[in-house]
Amino acid sequence: MEKLSIKDKKLEAINLNVYYGEKKVLKDVNIAIKANTVTAFIGPSGCGKSTFLRTFNRMNDYVEGFRKEGDIIIDGKDIYQKMVRVEDLRKKVGMVFQKPNPFPKSIFENVAYGLKIQGINNKQLIEDTVEKSLKQSALWEEVKDDLKKSALSLSGGQQQRLCIARALALEPSILLMDEPASALDPISTSKIEDLIWELKEKYTIVIVTHNMQQAGRISDNTAFFYMGDLVEYDETKKIFTNPEKERTQNYITGRFG
Amino acid sequence: MTNADKNRIKDKMFEYFGIACTLFAIAMLVVFLGDILMTGIKKIDFNFLTSYPSSRPKRAGIYPAWTGTLWILSLTAIIAIPIGIAAGIYFEEYAKKSKMASFLEINLANLAGVPSIIYGLLGLQIFVRTLNFGTSILAGACTLALLILPIIIVSTREALKAVPDSIRQASYGMGANTWQTIWHQVLPASTGGIITGIILAISRAIGETAPLIVIGAAAYITKIPDSPMSDFTVLPMQIYSWIGMPDKDFAESAAGGIIVLLFITFLLNGIAVFLRNRWQKKVKW
Amino acid sequence: MKRVLMICAIITVLTTVGIVWVLFSESYTFFQHVSIIDFLTDTEWSPLSTNKHFGIMPLLSGTLLITVISMCIAAPMGITIAMYLSEYAPKKFRYYIKPILEILAAVPTVVYGFFALTVVTPFLQNYIPNLAGFNALSAGLVMGIMIIPMISSLSEDALYAVPKSLREGAYGMGSTRLQTTFRVILPAASSGIIVSLILAFARAVGETMIVTVAAGNMANLTADPRETVATITAFIVNMSSGDVQQDSIEYQTIFAAGVTLFVFTFILNSVSFYIKKRFQEKYD
Repeated sequence: MEKLSIKDKKLEAINLNVYYGEKKVLKDVNIAIKANTVTAFIGPSGCGKSTFLRTFNRMNDYVEGFRKEGDIIIDGKDIYQKMVRVEDLRKKVGMVFQKPNPFPKSIFENVAYGLKIQGINNKQLIEDTVEKSLKQSALWEEVKDDLKKSALSLSGGQQQRLCIARALALEPSILLMDEPASALDPISTSKIEDLIWELKEKYTIVIVTHNMQQAGRISDNTAFFYMGDLVEYDETKKIFTNPEKERTQNYITGRFG
Repeated sequence: MTNADKNRIKDKMFEYFGIACTLFAIAMLVVFLGDILMTGIKKIDFNFLTSYPSSRPKRAGIYPAWTGTLWILSLTAIIAIPIGIAAGIYFEEYAKKSKMASFLEINLANLAGVPSIIYGLLGLQIFVRTLNFGTSILAGACTLALLILPIIIVSTREALKAVPDSIRQASYGMGANTWQTIWHQVLPASTGGIITGIILAISRAIGETAPLIVIGAAAYITKIPDSPMSDFTVLPMQIYSWIGMPDKDFAESAAGGIIVLLFITFLLNGIAVFLRNRWQKKVKW
Repeated sequence: MKRVLMICAIITVLTTVGIVWVLFSESYTFFQHVSIIDFLTDTEWSPLSTNKHFGIMPLLSGTLLITVISMCIAAPMGITIAMYLSEYAPKKFRYYIKPILEILAAVPTVVYGFFALTVVTPFLQNYIPNLAGFNALSAGLVMGIMIIPMISSLSEDALYAVPKSLREGAYGMGSTRLQTTFRVILPAASSGIIVSLILAFARAVGETMIVTVAAGNMANLTADPRETVATITAFIVNMSSGDVQQDSIEYQTIFAAGVTLFVFTFILNSVSFYIKKRFQEKYD
């Protein structure tokens, strides 16, 4: 894996250790992610990949007993510093969750929510942003005739694309996706995968997945986690055809996990 | 007869016993509602609703009683609803797992179990005497508000709890803070449950007699209330005082008053149940 | 905003503080004049007569007599109904019956009092000689009916919370519903059911209007349900609706009675809260 110069590092973790109470769930993780790439975190259940993902937008702050050592740097800044406002961080770092979680409101209101909480009132701006975001997440054509419809009436795959549009409306530079397609059917999954590939042009994407084929299909780089350790991080092609570590090899070939 | 046969018979018998108990409870309800209807229905007419109490049962009416009930319920609602919802939000969304939180919880659980007459004693000393509200609607409303506060808080919490956490996570994930999340997402989604709880609390307040007697709600009132500082009576109190009259004809007046009281109570409860069903159907997570 | 909400939450604490302060401060004055020993052991309660006695026993016995009668009705019936609805009844039956039972719980207690006085007492007088016009039995029976929904609803929740796997285990071995219910489900839900009984008991102890209307107001140390009695609550109501001078010993008796009631129900509620917290962990 090429060494990145400082200005190329979009996201970085340095000597990161994470604890839930007494239990250590991430050990000495060091990783640097380049802008406009898709990075996949893979590994068996419970290996810490979701936890690690959430350190980048501080969603772990809500978990009782959460404690970290080490640093998380985004765009050259330590995001855990006292002066960092978490609300601002999350406008820059968007998140899509495993199970689609649209608000029980209309499609329009879902996408507009992020703008609303920022205090943006300009009706035209909001409408334009909603349209742009829905187009970016490849949902516009399907819903443009009735944006007032309840978001809950959409199919699972559509709801997830709505959640993506919602996150994109804030114009983040980084998109964190926690197993975004695992709750969806194969057709929706492939739509989402195509979408991720397109979004790469403008965004830096980190995706947690337990589906190795998915990681192989859509990511540039892959990080393999096992029991809280970052075992190997390299170009996806390399990880899947010629990994350095034996453990990686065993996981890829299905020997465990 | 085998053991299995014996067991089956016992099972069937218990089933019948269970049905019998259930039907007995319902039968009691029917009997006593029926009795009250029969005794009191002839009293219900416009005169009854617009007359003042009198020493003669034929003339006695519930005008001051139901206007007093309306006054005190409105005032109680104005006081208790905002405070109850706010406290419920605080308990459920902000104060979690701190020492303060457990203390508040235990305290709340206790308050819910305090007999209503004790609230009356509290109201007597604090609102009537110390704060000098006198035996007024304001004193009564403050007392009842404290009484139903735990009910509103608990049902607000239940309604908030029912909102799935994924919604909150989605909102936080987009950079909203706690209050924005509550105001824009959680509260709107729990409105149905909160309103149901409020209606049930109000319907409970309507029937409360003991605390108001202790406060000094009058039994014999000759005018309808015109301000929060007026003396007052309420429907259940009027009924109570008629029950206590030696003249047997007052039993009819009491029954008439009960019919009006039950009508209002059941109406409120019915609305609450209807809303609860409707809301549960609407929001299917 | 958080601060505003917190202040509202603190009002609940202030309420408790207020109750404790009011009750204990007036009682303190009372106990300056009346020794606690007398209060607890004197068998006569006559604060208004010239020869004053301040023994709480008659009021306590009145309260307990009626409460026990009501629990004798409500407990078996309430639990049976809960078992029936939870384990036997077809869904439709349950769907219609539950709201009707809730109606029983919604009726104002003064209405129950009326019923006890004007229907139950005359009815019973046909069968029970020497049944006083105001008596403990009618009040107890009607109160029992009023409490049934409380016990049945809470017990049903407790039964319902028992995991399906336990039921399936029992049925899979060929048990009848009765056996499963009594031997498996009931024990598993026992803490919840006990909590419902304690809460119902506390409710009965604190109930005022039914007893005031139907049981009378004669402080009477007796175990005979046919007699007229006075409960703590009835005494408080009657005393405060009469003309009592503030700061007189008679006025303070209201609070002495009140503090007794409060302590009693506080203990009961705390015990049930403790049981709930301690045993609910089982299934989480």
